[in-house]
Amino acid sequence: MPRRSDLESILIIGSGPIVIGQACEFDYSGTQACRVLREEGYRVILANSNPATIMTDPDFADATYVEPLVAEVLERILDVERPDAVLPTLGGQTALNLAMELSESGALADRGIELIGADAEAIATAEDRERFKQAMIEIGLAVPASGTAHTMDEARAVLERLGLPVVIRPAYILGGRGTGIASTPAEFDLIAGRGLAASPISEILIERSIAGWKEYELEVMRDRADNCVIICSIENVDPMGVHTGDSITVAPAQTLSDVEYQEMRDAAFACIRRVGVETGGSNVQFAVNPANGDQVVIEMNPRVSRSSALASKATGFPIAKIAAKLAVGYTLDEIPNDITRVTPASFEPVIDYVVTKIPRWAFEKLPGVEPRLGTQMQSVGEAMAIGRTFPESLQKALRSLEQGRSGLNADPAEVLVDDVATGDLLADVAVASPDRIFGVESLLRRGVPVSEVHEACGIDPWFLDQMLAISEEREALVAIEGAPASLIPPEWRRAKRLGFGDAQLAWLWGTDESAVRSARLAAGVEVTYKTVDTCAAEFEASTPYHYGTYEDTSEVEPSSGEKVLILGSGPNRIGQGIEFDYCCVHACFALADAGFETVMVNCNPETVSTDYDTSDRLYFEPLSVEGVLNVIDSERRSAEAGGGRLVGVIVALGGQTPLKLAGALPPELILGTSPRSIDLAEDRDRWNSLCARLEIPQPAGGTATTIEAARSIVERIGFPALIRPSYVLGGRAMEIVYDVDGLESAWSAIAADGSLGREGGLAAERPVLIDRFLEDATEVDVDAIRDSTGEVIIGGIMEHVEEAGVHSGDSACVIPPVGLSPETIAVIEGHTRSIAAALDVRGLINVQFAVKRVGDDESASGSGGQVFVIEANPRASRTVPFVAKATGVPLVKVAARVMCGATLAELRAEGLLVAPSAGKHVAVKEAVLPWNRFPDIDALLGPEMRSTGEVMGIDRSFPLAFAKSQLAAGDRMPQSGTVFFSLADRDKRIGLQAARRFHELGFDLVATSGTAAAFVREGLPVAEVVAKLQRAEGDPEGGLDGVDLIEGGRVQLVVNSPRGRGPRADGAHLRRAAGRAGIPLLTTAAAALAAANGLAEWMTADLQVRSLQSYHRDHDG
Amino acid sequence: MTITPAAIVLADGTTFEGEAIGAELPGGVGSGEFVFNTVMTGYQEVISDPSYAGQVITFTSTHIGNYGVTPLDDEARSVHCAGVVVRDLARRHSNQRSAGDLDSFLRSNGVGGVAGVDTRRLTRHLRDHGAMPGAFGTAAASDLLAAAQAAEGTDGRDLVASVSTDQTVVHAGPAGADRRIVALDLGIKATIVRHLNALGEVHVIPAATPASEILALRPDGVFLSNGPGDPGAVSTVPDTVASLLGEVPIFGICMGHQMLATALGGVTHKLPFGHHGGNHPVRDESTGRVEITSQNHNYCVDPDSLARIEVTHVNLNDGTLEGFRSLDVPAFAVQYHPEAGPGPHDSRYLFDRFAELMDARA
Repeated sequence: MPRRSDLESILIIGSGPIVIGQACEFDYSGTQACRVLREEGYRVILANSNPATIMTDPDFADATYVEPLVAEVLERILDVERPDAVLPTLGGQTALNLAMELSESGALADRGIELIGADAEAIATAEDRERFKQAMIEIGLAVPASGTAHTMDEARAVLERLGLPVVIRPAYILGGRGTGIASTPAEFDLIAGRGLAASPISEILIERSIAGWKEYELEVMRDRADNCVIICSIENVDPMGVHTGDSITVAPAQTLSDVEYQEMRDAAFACIRRVGVETGGSNVQFAVNPANGDQVVIEMNPRVSRSSALASKATGFPIAKIAAKLAVGYTLDEIPNDITRVTPASFEPVIDYVVTKIPRWAFEKLPGVEPRLGTQMQSVGEAMAIGRTFPESLQKALRSLEQGRSGLNADPAEVLVDDVATGDLLADVAVASPDRIFGVESLLRRGVPVSEVHEACGIDPWFLDQMLAISEEREALVAIEGAPASLIPPEWRRAKRLGFGDAQLAWLWGTDESAVRSARLAAGVEVTYKTVDTCAAEFEASTPYHYGTYEDTSEVEPSSGEKVLILGSGPNRIGQGIEFDYCCVHACFALADAGFETVMVNCNPETVSTDYDTSDRLYFEPLSVEGVLNVIDSERRSAEAGGGRLVGVIVALGGQTPLKLAGALPPELILGTSPRSIDLAEDRDRWNSLCARLEIPQPAGGTATTIEAARSIVERIGFPALIRPSYVLGGRAMEIVYDVDGLESAWSAIAADGSLGREGGLAAERPVLIDRFLEDATEVDVDAIRDSTGEVIIGGIMEHVEEAGVHSGDSACVIPPVGLSPETIAVIEGHTRSIAAALDVRGLINVQFAVKRVGDDESASGSGGQVFVIEANPRASRTVPFVAKATGVPLVKVAARVMCGATLAELRAEGLLVAPSAGKHVAVKEAVLPWNRFPDIDALLGPEMRSTGEVMGIDRSFPLAFAKSQLAAGDRMPQSGTVFFSLADRDKRIGLQAARRFHELGFDLVATSGTAAAFVREGLPVAEVVAKLQRAEGDPEGGLDGVDLIEGGRVQLVVNSPRGRGPRADGAHLRRAAGRAGIPLLTTAAAALAAANGLAEWMTADLQVRSLQSYHRDHDG
Repeated sequence: MTITPAAIVLADGTTFEGEAIGAELPGGVGSGEFVFNTVMTGYQEVISDPSYAGQVITFTSTHIGNYGVTPLDDEARSVHCAGVVVRDLARRHSNQRSAGDLDSFLRSNGVGGVAGVDTRRLTRHLRDHGAMPGAFGTAAASDLLAAAQAAEGTDGRDLVASVSTDQTVVHAGPAGADRRIVALDLGIKATIVRHLNALGEVHVIPAATPASEILALRPDGVFLSNGPGDPGAVSTVPDTVASLLGEVPIFGICMGHQMLATALGGVTHKLPFGHHGGNHPVRDESTGRVEITSQNHNYCVDPDSLARIEVTHVNLNDGTLEGFRSLDVPAFAVQYHPEAGPGPHDSRYLFDRFAELMDARA
C-alpha cells in the first residue's frame, strides 16, 4: 500500500517542555517524523512549546507553532492551518492526551480532521487501565489481579479483595506520576489519595503487587497490512517494583529461553492487534515470575516512547521514522532498511552486542527527597553504552553517567559502599536506589554468594554473576606486580573486555590515566570499533554507527572528506539538557552544509545527535578522556589510511561535559576559542584582573580552597554572599549564604562532593568562588558571537523576570529586554564586546550581568541602573536555542562555521547570517520545574538550578507572551477568584503593584497579617487575613491559616515569596500545600506582577497563534 | 576457572583465538564447515538440530548459555553439529526451565567448541568469503591448518543417512485426530514432529524407505523433513518422492522442500553463506502478508528450474525462493522453518494448510 495521496497537510504535536518522564526522546522522534513527512511531500505543521528542541527549528516544518500545548490553542492552530490529519503518536503522552481531548470534544470531527497513527478508540483502550485489562483478558493474556476505583471508598473495597501489597496507578498519566506500592493501610490511603488527585479523570488502578518478578519490554511495529515485527527486546536488571524509566535495562533480553521469548512475542502481537494500534510503534511491558515462568502483561504504550528511542539507538532501526511512514500508508515491506539499504524494514533486528541503559537522577538537587526508587519515575536523563558483553557495556554506561564513577568499582567512590558492614549492605540493596548497583558489587566482591545477593536485591543471578566477573577481575588486576608496564596483551585484553577503563586501572595501580594509556598502547592493545547494523553482520552495512570494544579488528572505513569531531553533552541532567544537543546537532548541519564530514561522539540515547543520520559518523561512546582520545586516534588512523584529515574538535557546544575534557585533548585540535581563554574565564584571579583592566565593575569576591580562606573573603566583602564551585553548570551546589553558619554548611557540602570526585566537588584545581550577592538587581544574559577578525554580533539580550539570586536557568526571561533602557543596553553590549575581544573568542560567548537598582526607580533598571558583570562563558549557553527561535538568527550554525574559520562577513554574504527579526514581537522563556513529581519538596527558586525544561511564549506584547509562557509551563492562571499573598518585606513594594492589578481584575485578596497590613496601608481591600503558622505551631484553636484556605479550595492562586534571610521554612508548608492542591504558585513578586499584567491583557485580547516562519518572515522584508 | 587456549583456523588460513569449551577433542582438533547463526535465543535448539551435521556453528549473539539447557528444548536425541563458536559462554545459567548448563551439555554430547572469539570478525569473513571448511581446537596452529585444509565442506556430501532414524517410530495421534502422517526423516526436528502430531498419528520413518512401503502404510499425507548437507547429493529420496507425487498429499520443509523440488525436476544451488537465523522476512504471495521466519539452509531451489509450480513464498532480503506448490499434484513445501524451534511462530498456519490438503483428499 503506497503513500496516502488523500492527505496534503499533517499536524504533528510535540511533547512540550522536558519534564521527568518525557524528555528529549520526543524531540528525536518528532524531528524524524517532520523530516520523513516533508520528504514524502506533505505540508508539515508542528506545534510544540519547547524552544530548545531541534524539531522547532523553522527548517523542519512548513509552519512551526511554538505555542502552549493546550486544547484551545491547538484548536486555533487547526483553524489557521486546516490540516487534513493530526499525528499524535510521536509527541509522548502530552500529544496523545491532547489528541484525545480534541477528539472527544469533537474539535477534530467538526473540522473534518483525521487522527492518524492511532485512533481515539485504540488510545482509550491502551490508556484506560480497566479497559486495557479487560481487553487482555478477552484475548486470553494474563494480567495481574486488580480493580479500579474513583473514590477512596471504592479503593478500600478493592484492597479488601486483593490484599496488601498492591500497586496503585492513576489513569492517563506519564512516567508513573502518582504511582506507588503500598504495603501498609496507611501507605495505601496516602498513595491512593494522591493517585486519585493526579489522574485527570480521578481514576486509579489497584493491582496485586508483583514486585520482584522479572520485567521485560518488547518494541512492536505494525503496518496497515497487519504485518507485525519486534524491533527489540529489553530486560530490566532491576526487577518489578522500579519504574522502567528508573531501571537499569539491557538489550537484548538475556535470561529468556526461546520458548519463553516467543510466547512473549506472540502476546505482544495479540496485544497491539486487540488494542487496535493500526500503524506505528508500541511498547508492551511484561513481567515474568522467576519461580515458574508465568507471564503477565503489565501495560502498553500505543505510541513511540522513551523505550522506542532506546530501542532505535540499540538496534539501529529508526522506529520513529518508520512509524511516520507507516502512518501515511506505507507497509513495512515497502520501506527499505536504511542501514543495509538492500533489505526491507519488514524484519526483526538482531544484535551482536549488549546495550545497557542507566538512568541519571538529580536527588542531590532535591534536598529532603529520599533517593529511593519506586514505581514513579524520578530520573532526569539516561546514558546508554554499547559493549560486546554485558560487563563491558555496564561499566561503559556507568562512566557515561558522569557522576564521578569510572565504572562498577575501582575508583575513589568505591569506599562509600565498601565501608558499610555486610549485614547493613544486604539490607540496603533490598531497596532500589541510584547507588544500589555499587552495593551489590561490593557484596559480591567480599564473597557473599550470588544466591544470597539475589535473595536480597532480586536481581537475576545471571546479571549478578556477570558483575562478579568484574569484581574478580578487579582483584586479579590489583595483584599484578609491576603494573602497568608488566601487563601482557592477554591480560590487557581480559580487563578491557570486561569494560575496565584506563582511569579505573590507574586508580587500582596508583598511577595516572595517561601512564596506563601509554603502557597499554605500547603493548599493542588498542580499541576496535564495531558497527551497529541491525543484522549482526549478516549484510553489509552502509551506516557508520560505531561503538568501541576490544576485539581483533576495527570496522571504521576511511572516507575522503575533512572531518570535524563534535563532542556531545552526555546524559540529560538538570542544567545540561536538550539545549546543548540542539547546539551539537546544529553544528553538524552547518558544517555538513559547508562541506565538512561531521563526526559525533555522545552517549545519550534520547537525542537527535545520536541519530545515525545526523552526522556522517557516529561513535556511541562515553564522553570520557579515554573515550574521546580513542575516537581521535581512530580518526587519525583513518586519515593515515587515505581518509580525510581531522580538522579539529568542537568542545564548546555540548555544555560542561566536553569542556571538562578539553585539557586532556591535543591542544592543536581544539576549534574555536582556545582552552586557555576558557580557563581564563573560569580562573577567578585572572578573570578579576581582566575585568579590572577593562574597567567593568564586578561584585566584590574571591576564591578559596579552604574554609579559612573563605571566611576571610566574606569578612572583606560582607554578607549576603554567593558561594559556588567552578566548572559546573546549572548552579550545582550554588548557595546564597547570609551568615557564617550558612557559609560553613555550604562549604562542607562542596568539600564532601570533592572527596568523592562528584560534579561540583572541591579540588585544588577547582576552587570555590565567593562573591558578594547583589540584592534587588535584575539579571541579564547576553549571547554573542565573535569571529577571527574581531567582529562581534550580539545574538540576544535577555532580561530576567525574577531578580538576581534565582538561577538564570530557573528564571523567566524576555527578548527584547523590555525593562532595560537604551543606555543600559548600550553599556551591556559594550562590555560584552570588550570581554569577547579580551578573551579572543572565536565562536559563542555568554555573559551574565546584574543591573542593580539605583534609588527608587520602580522599573528595576531604568537609566540609572548600575551594570555589574557576573560571569562570562566563552561557549554555547543554555539560552542559545531560545534566542535563535526568538530572533530567527541561526546562532549555532553561524558559531560552528566561525569556529572552523569562517568570518561573520563571509557568512553574511553566504546568507547564513541574517539580521534578527526586529521588534514587533516579544518572546518569553519560562522554566518548568519538577515540583509535581516531588510533593514533599519546597517549591522554591534559588541559585541552584532545578528546572528540567523550558517553554517559550511568543506574542505581540510582553504581558501576552508572559501569559502564554505560564500556560505553556502548565500553570493555568485563574481568570477570577481569590489570590493569596504572603510576602517577604523586601518584596512588598512590587508585590503591592501585583496585588493592585489582581484587585483591578476583580480578584479577591487574602493575605497573611504582615502582607495584609502593607496592602491595607496602600488602600487595597483584603478580604481575609490569616495567620501563616498556627497549624504548624500546633495551635488548633487559632482559626484558619493559609494551609487551610489552600486545602479548602478557597484560593485560586498563591503568591508566596520567601524571606531573604534566616530559615526559609516559614512559607514552605504554604508552598507544599499549593503543590499538593495543584494550585498555581508564584514565588517571586516580580513573577506575580508579570502574571497580573499578563492576565490583564489575556482576559481582554484575542487568543492569537502565529508560526515562527511568519514572525521571522515579517521582519525579513 | 582454568582457561585452555584454543584457536580456529579456516581453510583459507584465517586464524581466530579463543579458549576451549565443551568436549575435549581427539588430538585437540575438530573440523567442519563454518557457518553463522544470528538467533538471539534458542541456542540449544540450534545446536541439537540435525540439519547442522558436519557444520561448526558460530553464534553472532554475544552471550550464549545464559538460560542453561533443558531436555524439553532438544531437537534430536543426539547432537550432530561439528562444533560451536561463541563470544561468551555463560559462567552461570539462570532460568526456572533449566536442567543444566550448556558447557556440560556440549561435553556430554561430545561437541567441542571455542569461546572468547571475535565472532563478528568471523561472521564478516564468512559473509564476504562464503561458508568454508575449517578446524578448531587446542592443537598447534600448524595442525589446525592441516586439518582445516583437509576438512570436507558439505558440497557433494549426502549427510542425510548419517542423521536419519534407522527404524520407524510411531507417535500416536491426539484423540479425535485420525489422520495418519508419514514423516520421511531426513534429520527431522522434534518440534516438527510435535506439530505434525497435533494433526494425527505420525510415523517417523528412515530416509531410505521405498515409496511402496510408505504407501503401504496408507498415509493421509507424507511429510518430507529438514536435513543436513547438499540436497544434490542425497540419494534415493528424490526418486522416492517422485513415486509419491499424485498418490498422497505432500508437505516439505527445508531439505524436504529441496527434495520435492528435485522430484519435480528442479535444481538447487549453494548460497554464499546460507540463511541461518530467526529474523528473515518472507512474503506469502497469496496474501501479501510478511512473516518473520526461522531459517537454516545453505542451498536453495532455483524457481526457474521448475515448471508447473506456483511460487507461494519469497524471501524479501535476497529474493530467493522460500516456498512453492505444485500445480498438478497436492504437494507444497517451504524452505524455511514454520515449526520455529527456535524462532517466531508466524508461519505455523502452514501445518493447518497441510491438514486441509490431507482432508481435501479424504
